[in-house]
Amino acid sequence: MESTPPDDRIIALWRVESPRLIARLMRLVGDLDTAEELSQDVFAAAIEKWRREGVPDNPAAWLNTTAKFLAVDRIRRRDTQRGKYQLVAAAQPQTLEHDLDEIVDGDLADDLLGLIFMACHPLLSPDARSALTLKLVCGLSTEDVARAFLTPAPTIAQRVVRAKRTLAAAKVRFELPPPSERKARLDAVREVVYLVFNEGYSATSGDRWIRGDLCAEALRLGRMLAALTPNDTETLGLLALIEIQASRLRARVGPDGEPVLLNDQDRSRWDRLLIQRGLANLERIERLGGTAGPYALQAAIAACHARAAVAADTDWEQIAALYDGLARISPSPVVELNRGVATAMAFGPEAGLEIVRPLFDVPGMREYHLLYAVTGDLLCRSGAHEEAREHFLRAAAMTRNTPERTTMQGRAADCAAGHTIQL
Amino acid sequence: MVMHYQTQAMEDGVPPTPEEQAAIGEYMQEAAMSGVLLSGEGVASSRLGARVEVNEGAVRVIDGPFAEAKELIAGFAILEVDSLAEAVEHARKFALLVGAERVDVRKVVEFEDLQQS
Repeated sequence: MESTPPDDRIIALWRVESPRLIARLMRLVGDLDTAEELSQDVFAAAIEKWRREGVPDNPAAWLNTTAKFLAVDRIRRRDTQRGKYQLVAAAQPQTLEHDLDEIVDGDLADDLLGLIFMACHPLLSPDARSALTLKLVCGLSTEDVARAFLTPAPTIAQRVVRAKRTLAAAKVRFELPPPSERKARLDAVREVVYLVFNEGYSATSGDRWIRGDLCAEALRLGRMLAALTPNDTETLGLLALIEIQASRLRARVGPDGEPVLLNDQDRSRWDRLLIQRGLANLERIERLGGTAGPYALQAAIAACHARAAVAADTDWEQIAALYDGLARISPSPVVELNRGVATAMAFGPEAGLEIVRPLFDVPGMREYHLLYAVTGDLLCRSGAHEEAREHFLRAAAMTRNTPERTTMQGRAADCAAGHTIQL
Repeated sequence: MVMHYQTQAMEDGVPPTPEEQAAIGEYMQEAAMSGVLLSGEGVASSRLGARVEVNEGAVRVIDGPFAEAKELIAGFAILEVDSLAEAVEHARKFALLVGAERVDVRKVVEFEDLQQS
């Protein structure tokens, strides 16, 4: 007696089985469009059969067999048609049965990694990569992806269709990139994972400050990637980083949905399991002798915060030193802004302002609301309250996130009160 | 949390066969590749453990082994999934793969659950 009706179970099964199924089918038929279409056919067949006869004990096995059957059928028809086009009298299937067995039994890890590489292909825009990855690798529906990104479903559907068309037009075949290219391609994959995470961690628009569903998907992707490339220290660094950051999610929102900054957070609400996992991954990086890359360094910074039981215990000098390292290997205005904050915490607001002030001359930074928020904070702490207030008001006018705007307006109103900003 | 139960052989201290070990390894690998596995442990025969019983304030410590092997947890995995249905599908795969007779799926209580009550 099954407690869950077939349709709910099939949604759950889609989530669990479809990434593997699509990856396998990609290896068989070669292109993303056909693989996805076939996997949908498999589930459609499952719904029809299982509604009538009930769900079998081992649905995964049934789905796999059906997928293989449909794929072989498709390949035969395609080969036959190709034969016709070539005006070959006796259409000879070009793919032999025993080849197929070999292909079907290939390494699942390679299949999944190949699927991830394809979804994060450099030919695609970051938006398209995220949508395709969530859909294919996480098994989310178009509607789920749309909800996650606060984007209308038809827009996401369009984005996915166009992405697949781009890949098909460029004749991108399903294969693992050669080892020489793999490192660069992994960078692109990690970027997608971090992008999805950040969109969840501090939503750039909308009326919610964090989107936990997106963070959860990013964590799932990060774990998957770390399982597929177990010795890659930057992937472990990325995973450690998002685990430690995610550990603060529930402490990061106040009772009315307003953002709670790091120093004001109730640290007893941090997720200890996630912190432990993050710290363990940092240890693994050390054991692997990984040179500290940008993600590992950011994870080490996050770990400094995680280790402090109360905000006053934070080792800001260590954090400032880690930011110095990060600014050397991966310089960017945003890293510089963070370095300014850490330096101010370690050595006083004046030291921080020295780093932050030049950023107003960097193209693009004048449009970045957090530059004004941070500068306002440092000014406030150094006693320049009126100048601080102006900066907070600028920041409030610039952000598209409603709770953040309210916070900035509040800071402007009481910038003499002496709260501190932490990114 | 997905928990499976001790068989008499496990309880008797018979080490898992290479096939059983491989099956468990395969499952852990699969769960890791799905990105849902947070942690997992197996536990040894109860002869290496003890039970603490409290009866009206009186504490009694009983050394293992315990009588009912089938009631003992043999191991657990903590998975992060979207729904009970998804957890059940993972548990089903695990049960079929390792040949477990019984696997329980339970929700880990989180901070939010405590606040609601």
